[in-house]
Amino acid sequence: MSAFLALVRRDLALSFRIGGGASFALVFFLMIVTLTPFAIGPDLNLLSRIAPAILWIGAVLATLIGLDRLFQADAEDGTLDVLKAGDLPLEGVVLAKCLAHWLTTGLPLAVAAPLFGLMLAMEPAAMLAAALSLLVGTPALTFIGAVGAGLTASIRRGGVLIAIMALPLMIPTLIFGVAACNAAMGGTVPFATPFAILCALTLAFAVIGTLGAAAGLRQID
Amino acid sequence: MPSITALANPTRFMAYSAKLLPWLGGAAAILFAIGFYGAFFAAPADYQQGQTIRIMYVHVPAAWLGMFFYTLMTASAVGALVWRHPLAEVAQKAAAPIGAAFTLVCLLTGALWGRPMWGAYWVWDARLTSMLVLLLIYLAIMALWRTIDEPTQAGRVVSILTLVGFVNIPIIKFSVDWWNTLHQPASVFRMDGPTIHPSMLWPLLVCALAFSLFAIWLHLMAMRTEVMRRRIRTLTILAADRADRAPSALEGLAR
Repeated sequence: MSAFLALVRRDLALSFRIGGGASFALVFFLMIVTLTPFAIGPDLNLLSRIAPAILWIGAVLATLIGLDRLFQADAEDGTLDVLKAGDLPLEGVVLAKCLAHWLTTGLPLAVAAPLFGLMLAMEPAAMLAAALSLLVGTPALTFIGAVGAGLTASIRRGGVLIAIMALPLMIPTLIFGVAACNAAMGGTVPFATPFAILCALTLAFAVIGTLGAAAGLRQID
Repeated sequence: MPSITALANPTRFMAYSAKLLPWLGGAAAILFAIGFYGAFFAAPADYQQGQTIRIMYVHVPAAWLGMFFYTLMTASAVGALVWRHPLAEVAQKAAAPIGAAFTLVCLLTGALWGRPMWGAYWVWDARLTSMLVLLLIYLAIMALWRTIDEPTQAGRVVSILTLVGFVNIPIIKFSVDWWNTLHQPASVFRMDGPTIHPSMLWPLLVCALAFSLFAIWLHLMAMRTEVMRRRIRTLTILAADRADRAPSALEGLAR
């Protein structure tokens, strides 16, 4: 457990120091929220209706940031070999790095979602729903991306490839994330239904993503 | 009849597949002739859909093969990861473009049918969307194949992606169904023909069989190409190694 926490602390420290880019995801998220009204016009009714979609698309794209370096940096400088030789199973290593990635991308996004929801004229109930759905949904995005990151750790320019591999698999999370927000804004289903499925998706992808990424990392010599 | 493990030897596979290919191709050609005669001449036009019903005889086999090849890739991925068998990797690599092509044919013929029937080439119907996502996953797998040049490592890495994709396909299917029913209730886009008339059924079955044999023929050809490509690669590396170890010969030539 101490090795796990040490790894999380190390990754967090690395991303908060110079060259880490811990704030990139949040800034990128803000950019998307800002750009969309320019593209579709400043109609507040329309914006408030599609605000969950904008927030979730922003979250999906922002999650991709940093994924290409999630394992690659460690594979290049030999840290990965040390981690493989250590007592912590490779799955534990993946879990720790995913947790650190989520703490610097998914969590800030969820916390900032109500603020950005203000810019998109969201109702308070919808804002809360968006924040909650992002909070429980973004870990799934990180875990799916981790599979792509694990498989491409030894490939130069794996960034676009990760997006190509991970985005189709992120569709279910996107669907239920937006569905939960829409349900809170007065849909035909209660909020709890899509929200519970979103939680289930995160749990399922925590398993699939951890095992898949670790299996991918084992293929690197 | 040799067992599957004996056939898994690449040399034996090359020998048997060379014998099998003409028979497969010939059977597919005959069945295509029968099936297309049935589809385009013998089968009646639908009383509602008119002549467009004939698109079905290509569309349905393509859809089935698009899904069949993903299943085949998954089985091969297990073979490649568990038994580390090179021929399983070859089968998996050869299957990806063929499966993607059939999925694309399914989508395109569906679009051509949709224009006169639904009034639009593309609608965000749950089934169409699922097939589109399947095509995207195929494309991702093909992209990954093309980025790693060491074939064995590429095979293992792609196998993991294939398995992760396979686990995801039911989840995607379920969520797309949910999404669709949430947005638009199924109305005109339902084409459940629960009882298909025998005059239409037999050409469909013959066409499905013809397309399947044709697809297996394509797959065996692609596998043979891949086996030969790997042999050439190995021979090139060996030749380069020999040239590397005997620089004196080259120097002699230079002199």
